[in-house]
Amino acid sequence: MSDKKEKTPWFGPAQRKLITEPLGVKNPVTVLVLGICSALAVTAKLQPAVVMAISVTVVTAVSNLILSLLRRTIPTRIRIIVQLIIVAALVTLVSEVLKAFAYDVSKQLSVFVGLIITNCIIMGRIEAFALGNGPWASFVDGIGNGLGYGMILVIVAFFRELLGCGTLWGYRVIPESLYTANGGFYENNGLVIMPPMALIFVGAIIWIQRKRNKNLIEE
Amino acid sequence: MEEKTQKKKINRNGNAYTFIYATVLVVVVATLLALCATGLKERQRQNIEAETKQQILSTVGISSEADAVHTDFERYISRRYAVKRNGIVDNQIDAFYINLKNELTKPEADQQLPVFVANMPNGATKYILPVRGNGLWGDIWGYVALNDDLNTIFGVVFDHESETPGLGAEIVTEAFRSQFVGKSIFDAQGQFTSVAVVKGGAAPGDAHAVDAISGGTITSNGLQDMLHRGLEFYRTYLGNLQRELMPPPPDTTTMSADTLLQVIDMEHIPSQPNSIN
Repeated sequence: MSDKKEKTPWFGPAQRKLITEPLGVKNPVTVLVLGICSALAVTAKLQPAVVMAISVTVVTAVSNLILSLLRRTIPTRIRIIVQLIIVAALVTLVSEVLKAFAYDVSKQLSVFVGLIITNCIIMGRIEAFALGNGPWASFVDGIGNGLGYGMILVIVAFFRELLGCGTLWGYRVIPESLYTANGGFYENNGLVIMPPMALIFVGAIIWIQRKRNKNLIEE
Repeated sequence: MEEKTQKKKINRNGNAYTFIYATVLVVVVATLLALCATGLKERQRQNIEAETKQQILSTVGISSEADAVHTDFERYISRRYAVKRNGIVDNQIDAFYINLKNELTKPEADQQLPVFVANMPNGATKYILPVRGNGLWGDIWGYVALNDDLNTIFGVVFDHESETPGLGAEIVTEAFRSQFVGKSIFDAQGQFTSVAVVKGGAAPGDAHAVDAISGGTITSNGLQDMLHRGLEFYRTYLGNLQRELMPPPPDTTTMSADTLLQVIDMEHIPSQPNSIN
């Protein structure tokens, strides 16, 4: 194992592929359809979506790393439980650290930080990748999938916040004077704030992605 | 190396190995989490304390940045004390360090309820009373600032532990809170009414009701109960203070304070005949 690692470069084409694939043809949200629930829940505003993306990336990467290191020792019968304990511990750590150092953001994310545990991407990547690959590759894979997830979150949140609130990152983008309340013609689309619209946005992204890449279309 | 892996592979499915592995893992993880929680506790406590002070100040319309909140709090919240259910004031206790949640589990006679008195920059006095109750998923709490008629609400702030974002969690929003401004907690006869949170919308002009949150019925109901129960704890204290601050009407002047208190407690007559709306 150890001599093998020395031969392959730390950040060669294989590792780069682990980062770029989840952003495109192996995107955890749009292609693997993992982590949809939280993608619907936290994308009403841009800021929580970004913090969520960072938190998920950290948790996926570190849990992949730890479980890849432990992979030869884990008793098969309690495999899932062991994974869950590690993930839950990491999520609790993230939540505690946010509470201590980014209190406002942790209040905004409220229950969703705890719900990172239930994000299928994390368990999915541990099962599918970390248990069969080395620590470094698993770590990179975690980063890649976290970024792939975060990318979709940010795209969806961008449109939802813009169309639903007329703001981006809390700053007003669509001028107040255009609103009907101030004599204009524009009205925020309240439906966009609702989770079902996030599903439609995710669906639209999947559509565009499959349109552009025919390989993704099932027979 | 090869042999070692082989050996481990066999052991991996044994009961003893599974048990030991699980135990060690749990102990290690628990220790780590405990260390982390203890290490960060002080910082988290400071964050919460600063936030609580900001919330208390915001009920009287003072918004304070996190770094100035401690000085602002000392400046504007001039008096902090505790009262008992029977209205007796204890000036020795700093209301800020009373844990209302703990107090509410004590027997009624021992409960020390916090009161914050704010001296506004324009010289007005506001009385801020904390309330605490249950939402859908966890605790909800808030602070109610009363004008010096001890009846009209000047401002409120609510917070929650884990209400549903977008639904119950909307109680913290300005849109919901601003509805409470100008509502009164005693009716024209001086009976305690609190402020109801009405599903489907409060009648326009109702001085004792606000609109509930659509999709947040249980949180709204919890909030209504919290206000009713929480403010009622202060009823005797507020009654005493109202009499102290406002000249009583002629027909009650002949009564001694004790008789008056007794009568109010028995709810035979309205506690405050000249309540101002």
